[in-house]
Order: sequence, then C-alpha cells, then structure tokens
Amino acid sequence: MTEPIVSYKDVHKSFGDTEVLTGIDLDIKPAEKVAVIGPSGSGKTTIIRMLMTLEQPTSGSIIVDGKNLWHMEKNGELVPANEKHLRQVRGDIGMVFQHFNLFPHMSILENCMTAPVHVQKVSKNEAKERAVEMLEKVGLGDKLDNYPNQLSGGQKQRVAMARALVMRPKIMLFDEVTSALDPELVGEVLEVIRDIAKEGEMAMVLVTHEMEFARDIADRVLFLDNGVIAEEGPPADVLENSTNERLQSFLHRFRS
Amino acid sequence: MNNWKWDVFFEAFPIVAAGLGITLGLTIATYLFALLFGFVWTFINRIPLKPVKWLLTWIMEFIRSTPPLVQLFFIFYAWPMVPVVGFALDPFTSAIIGLGIHFSTYIGEVYRSGIEAVDNGQWEAARALNFSTRQKWTKIILPQAIPPTIPMLGNYLIIMFKEIPLASTIGVAGILNLANSYGAANFRYLEALTIVALLFLVLSYPSAILINKLERRMNRRFIKGEPTGSKPVEKEKGAVSQQ
Repeated sequence: MTEPIVSYKDVHKSFGDTEVLTGIDLDIKPAEKVAVIGPSGSGKTTIIRMLMTLEQPTSGSIIVDGKNLWHMEKNGELVPANEKHLRQVRGDIGMVFQHFNLFPHMSILENCMTAPVHVQKVSKNEAKERAVEMLEKVGLGDKLDNYPNQLSGGQKQRVAMARALVMRPKIMLFDEVTSALDPELVGEVLEVIRDIAKEGEMAMVLVTHEMEFARDIADRVLFLDNGVIAEEGPPADVLENSTNERLQSFLHRFRS
Repeated sequence: MNNWKWDVFFEAFPIVAAGLGITLGLTIATYLFALLFGFVWTFINRIPLKPVKWLLTWIMEFIRSTPPLVQLFFIFYAWPMVPVVGFALDPFTSAIIGLGIHFSTYIGEVYRSGIEAVDNGQWEAARALNFSTRQKWTKIILPQAIPPTIPMLGNYLIIMFKEIPLASTIGVAGILNLANSYGAANFRYLEALTIVALLFLVLSYPSAILINKLERRMNRRFIKGEPTGSKPVEKEKGAVSQQ
C-alpha cells in the first residue's frame, strides 16, 4: 500500500445550522484521479475547498503528505493552524475555479508568472520559461500579452490551469471547471485536463457534472449525497452497475 | 464704499497670489496625509474583532460629525494644553494633521468600497497560489481596488482644496490670509477677496473637468470584459444540463 497523499478523517462541515458534510473519510493516493459527483448542495465543492484551505472544517482532520493541514503542534498539543502553517502545507496543492478567477490587471503571461516569482522565489527568467511552456501546452502560446478580458471563457479556463500548473503542485483540484462555460467551449477545456491526467504524476480531484468525462479519466468516482460519500468505486461500478437508488435517479437526470 | 478699482486689483494680485505656494503646498501635504491615513482606518477596520470595529466606527463618526474648523482649533489651541501627551504644533503642521485626519475618514471609506468591489474569487485565487498576506494585498487586491476609485479620490482632492482656507483661521499665510491682511490694511476687501475667489475657480474648475475625463476613462477600462471577476451568470445556466 502506498501512503495516501491526502487523507480526510471524519471531516464535518457546517455552515451556520446546516451540516453540509457529516463525516467524510477519504484517502487519495499519489497520482490518483478522483471524480466527485453528486446533486447540488451535496457538499462536493466544500470537500475540495477545505483542502485548498478556503473553508475550515468544523471538525475532523485532513492530512496532506503526512502533515496535518488545519492543525499544528504547539508545546506537544494540537492547536488550530495559523497562516504560516497553512502556507507551508498548501504549497503542494493547486486549484482551478469555476469562474476562472484570473487576475484581470495582469497579462496572461504575468498571470502565470506572478506566483512562481513571488511565492516560490523562482527567478524571473525561469518563471517566464515555465509559464510560456505551460501556456503553449494549453494551446495559448500566441496569447501571452493579451489580458483576460480579451479571451473566451474556454481560453480563460485554460490560462487558469496553466497558472496552477506552473506551481508544480502534487495535488490539483478542479471545481466544476466547465460549469461556467458555453457548451461549445467545454470540449477544449476537458481536452487539456485529459492531457494533464495522462501525464499522470499529480493526484487530481475533479468535482464535475461531466459524467462521460469522469468515466474516461477517473480511477475512482465518489458519489456524494446528504453530506456523506454514499457510493464509491471504479467509474464503471459507480456509473453503471450501482444499485444505490439515489445515485440512479441522479444519473437518470443526465441521461434524459 | 467706493466701487471696483482695477489698479487696486492689479496691485493686490501679486500680493495675494504670493500665498498660492502655501495654499497648494498645504493642499498637497494634507491630501497625502489623508491618503496614507485613510489606509490606517481601512486596515484597522479589517481586524476581525467586534470591539475594534465598534470603537473605530464610533471614532470615525465622531470625526465626521464635528466641523473641521473645530478640529483645527482643537489641535492648534487646545492640544498643547492636554496634560502629558499634548505639545504645541506650528499652524502649517496643525492644518495638515487636522484637515488630513478629517478627510482621511472619507478617503478610508473610498478605499473600503474599492476593496469590497474586488470579487471574492480574487482572494481565493491568491490563497490557492499561496501568496502571503502582504503579497495578496500588494500584488492582487490593491492594484484592482484602487484604480477604479481614482476619480472619487480626485473629487475629494477638490473638495479638500476648497476647505484649505480654513487654515487661515489659525494663521497659515495662504491666499485667503494674505487677502484678508491686504483688505484690512487698505480697506479694499472687494478686489482682494475677488482675487481669492478667482484663483480658486481657476484651479478647481479645470481639475474637476480633468477628473471627469479620468472617470470616464476608468469606467471604460474597468466595466467591460472581466473586471474584478464579473460572474458569467447567464452562461452558467446554459452550460451543463443538470438543473
């Protein structure tokens, strides 16, 4: 057994009085591709947002590469993590958002260079090399000096992926990255994710509504329902052969 | 009283205009002070502690609800008499601090509105890329929050410029003060004060036009495209057939 790169242990999350996640236990192996599906409001986005430290779990712990994400040790006791600790642990994690969240005041190239230069303290030349290489990979090598508002949604999302990838994360999170796109632009974005997945080194967690796509690239599919992982397994098992009624009615809505 | 005399006007003009340097210098110094101090309000206000927020709101409300003239008098005449912490300040410095603090409360509001207009996704992206708190502000948030507020900040510059003559009441020798002295010495207030009015008009009117232009340019630049994360709500619905 390889050590998991991410491990959720009895993670709960409430927003006000509503408990969105009621006990998540989940191990993700290095280089594993996990797709998370489920009805809206089932907490699937919350799962990866907690890993990116955008939401704090109400209880439970998340271990990233052997390090406790939300807690740190102080005088032999576990105390809530401070910003410094969070910065140390989340350096291995990258995320792509539903609404891209590109920096509108920077060119495409600058969008992809700023974090390596300022966060990882890579030299400008090397950062530029990395950024250009990555932007070429996502098919935007000719848009380096354009600004985000000059791009289509699909192009913006590909820039967002390049921007996350230049940081060379060990874990990449995709939060419904095609949901804000016009249907005809979805394909180009999925194509890029497929390429990244093929390279295989990174663990990937994809929250998605694209069932076909999930079946294609995921090693494992999780069906989230009512705050728990209601069903999990290889794509074929979950998407085709499951007897879970809630899952079947959920999938049915996609086929019709 | 006798009527308008052009020879008096021309005699008084250089004497009054000599104070222009002081008036403009004070305006700029006070403005810079207010711009910097505005950040102090803005950042204290972001400390996530309720008592700090209440105290700050109360202080800002207090400063805004008292006339700047009273604040000016307080700093110049009363502050030196405050035990332990009080000390005397010259008129120019008193004016910078008094008017600067007064206007910084408004400037702080402008910053706050600018910062709040930055989409939450920008904060999240900065976090996901592991920027430090400082880098988040200097590289991501402020470069987006401040430019759209430049026209508003410019308006405050003009408003403040017009309040600067208050400093003459504590003896700063700006144009109003000089015009007053000239009027008193020669019993010719009409020409002297007309000159003051003209100088203010000549300086603030073009500035107002300039700021107006700037505002239109900023609007064009920031409203189209994906400014601080305009959410493509329409697209969202059409994209995936789930809902």
